[in-house]
Amino acid sequence: MPNPVHAPTPTAATPTAGKGGQFMTVVRRLGLENISLVLAITVLALLIGSQNSAFFRSSNIAAIGNYVVIMGLLAVVETVVVIMGGIDISVGSVAGLASVLAGMVYAASWGNWWLSMLIPLAAGLLCGLFNGVVVVFGRITPLIATLATLSGFKGLAQLVSNGRAQGYTGADAVYTFIARGKVLFIPTLVWVLIIVAALIHVLLRYTRVGRDIYAVGGNDTAARLSGVNINRRILFVFVLAGGVAAIAGILITARTGSGQPVSGSQGMEMLAVTGAALGGAALRGGKGSVVSTIFAVILLGVLLNGMTLLGINPFWQNVAQGALLIAAVVIQQLSSGERRVGLPK
Amino acid sequence: MIQTTELVATGITKAFPGVRALDAVDVSFKAGEVTALMGENGAGKSTLLKILNGDYIADAGTITLGGRRAAFSSPSDARRAGLRVIAQEPEVAPYVTVAENMYLGRYPSHLGFVSQKEMKRDAAKDLERLGFAELLDPAAIGVTLSPAQRQLLEIVRALIDDPQVICFDEPTSSLSDHEIDVLFGCIGRLRDQGRAIAYVSHRLREVFQIADSVTVLRDGKLVGNRRVEGLSEEDIIQMMVGRDLSNMHQRTPHEPGPVRLRLINVTTDDVRDISLEVRAREIVALAGLVGAGRTELALAIAGDRPIRSGTLEVDGQVLKSKTPEQAIERGVGLAPEERKAMALVMIRTVKDNIVLAMLKRISRLGFVSDAKEKVLAAEQIERLNIRTPTMRQRVENLSGGNQQKVVLGRWLASNSRVLVLDEPTRGVDVGAKAEIYRIIDQLAASGVAVLVISSELPEVLGLADRIVVMENGRTTGELSRAEATEEKVLALAMAGQLQTTARRSRETR
Repeated sequence: MPNPVHAPTPTAATPTAGKGGQFMTVVRRLGLENISLVLAITVLALLIGSQNSAFFRSSNIAAIGNYVVIMGLLAVVETVVVIMGGIDISVGSVAGLASVLAGMVYAASWGNWWLSMLIPLAAGLLCGLFNGVVVVFGRITPLIATLATLSGFKGLAQLVSNGRAQGYTGADAVYTFIARGKVLFIPTLVWVLIIVAALIHVLLRYTRVGRDIYAVGGNDTAARLSGVNINRRILFVFVLAGGVAAIAGILITARTGSGQPVSGSQGMEMLAVTGAALGGAALRGGKGSVVSTIFAVILLGVLLNGMTLLGINPFWQNVAQGALLIAAVVIQQLSSGERRVGLPK
Repeated sequence: MIQTTELVATGITKAFPGVRALDAVDVSFKAGEVTALMGENGAGKSTLLKILNGDYIADAGTITLGGRRAAFSSPSDARRAGLRVIAQEPEVAPYVTVAENMYLGRYPSHLGFVSQKEMKRDAAKDLERLGFAELLDPAAIGVTLSPAQRQLLEIVRALIDDPQVICFDEPTSSLSDHEIDVLFGCIGRLRDQGRAIAYVSHRLREVFQIADSVTVLRDGKLVGNRRVEGLSEEDIIQMMVGRDLSNMHQRTPHEPGPVRLRLINVTTDDVRDISLEVRAREIVALAGLVGAGRTELALAIAGDRPIRSGTLEVDGQVLKSKTPEQAIERGVGLAPEERKAMALVMIRTVKDNIVLAMLKRISRLGFVSDAKEKVLAAEQIERLNIRTPTMRQRVENLSGGNQQKVVLGRWLASNSRVLVLDEPTRGVDVGAKAEIYRIIDQLAASGVAVLVISSELPEVLGLADRIVVMENGRTTGELSRAEATEEKVLALAMAGQLQTTARRSRETR
């Protein structure tokens, strides 16, 4: 009698050989989340395409791709924060600050493109560090800390720019290459998302830091007693979030041709959190994957693009985003089997 | 007029998975009497109180209250019927007044409006009536209360609506002598008014001071009920421990090696002046009652609690760790008491949990070596016989015993030279217990210095080469394997109370 399993919980899919075993193995390899997301994308695309054939035009596909990039970058890094058991809703404001700084530095340095990217990036990292310090040493929960900096960083962006768009990068070769160029038939913008997402995927899956992030999110006491320096990991993750948000901000500048304090970044935190949650990242921490988040972001992009194509009142987009976020989290929480009493933890 | 309501419970039986917590226990709490309920940790006292209170439903047995059948399905049912169990851990709402805390959930109100004035007046009256007026100010805010005041507030809250049967669960653990006197005055009055009182305590002198009879539980069974007159302390201890030692502990004797772990006058926020040493190939048990400071000491050794004074040496070198990370680097491992809350990442895999403490050593340039971690995990699964279908199974799907083996595997994989095991067999079924004992024995044989914290006396006696006993944050004695008996360990674990018995006994009676 080889190794009997002790008391498997009913919700757990214990691997079993035999009937349906192979199918289950395939499902587990790809992940239930990924399969359902791809199915949802397919169904949604067919639905929209049947109503408006413009959906499948390559120009529209590219438009979706470009649209998805900014929110994808933020959603991917939000996934890391969420896996660690935190949340960062200041990413949109950091992107705005970085965007406006890029425009201003470009103008002030007489068209020095690399300086105009380096300084916003440094500013983004500093913003992230500030978030991390407030959380770790100020003992403020991530939601409240980044709610405060959501407002604070946005205010800074408006202060330095007086609330107006800054600089003009639309004539710069590097910025136009980023905004409209292609490499191997794929838009440069999309390449940025692919590279950042791949790097973060490798970080989470194959490095010690990544393992530690999952452990901190799953049980921070256990991680600490096992020798994980959890403060250092938390600071790192917030700094990473700030850095990636700054990259998103620089892309906003490239796309619009000038630094934007709020336009294009405001409200992006909502899409970032929705993308992470829809991709199955557990808001209580310890679980999530970059690949699933990317699928979720594509689903979001297709949905929002489709609503525009079908001529639906754009205000419905906000309602749809909210509904999706609630749906995604409700599904997560109900399947966790928690008792429905009092305020959820 | 004097009401007489007594509580009689007969044949109370309650089983949890793997444990029979109560086995056909008969107890009665008579009106106008204080009945002390005694027993070691795990004897079944708390389970019994929880059943009386309606927190748990008994598998079998009947409870009558004042001659009427009573089967409470919740604490509020029990309260309505006139029975209150006063919790050991006070629950005090932090930012409201003592008065509001007293009437929590039943504020005096008119048309939904709460009258603060009326509430303060009622509170003052009730405190006066119960005799706590000088110790509790109705206007004081929850957070400003001392631990003793919080405990008294919990007691007052329970007594407001005149329950007929009152169970105190170790009410004096945070009280000073004066407050204990006031409380005993109150208990005395309640007894004279004909209330039936149950009193759970480990402090023998209090039992002699306040109780009329003693009921002793052991391993979920009733040992007996005796009048206090004519009983001695030794009689009670004898009743608490006199059990046959089942022989599930195999210890192979090993020649102890050099000292691996040495504590010299270690003082932390919770323990004072602890000196002890553990040699290679040696198992030392840290015995004592719950709350003696053993878990806090374990956390300090593992680098998670600051050491205020004294020195901690590992392999002859001073270890000044500020984080568990530094202690682990020096070969110190801790398997904490709360396995699920403190040791395991439940939603991660067996493999991830085993390698968690040594990722640094199996990584190159920050990348974890997939091959090395698989080998390490497979080794531990094989060596400890962890029953799991694959190493990619989530830990939450394993049984308690196998989860504990994963924790042990983590420290074996990291080659810990000093292991602190806090209640290693809690919540583990009997079969897995024997397995864990064998693993601990093998660990010691391989040269590890093992410090085991356990509240189960048979475990302590069966496993340890030496036993260090703690009480109230200090060590009260050390016993060799040869000289240790349950009575001696228990006497040391309650040493502080025994010493003062002569001076204080019965002076309030």
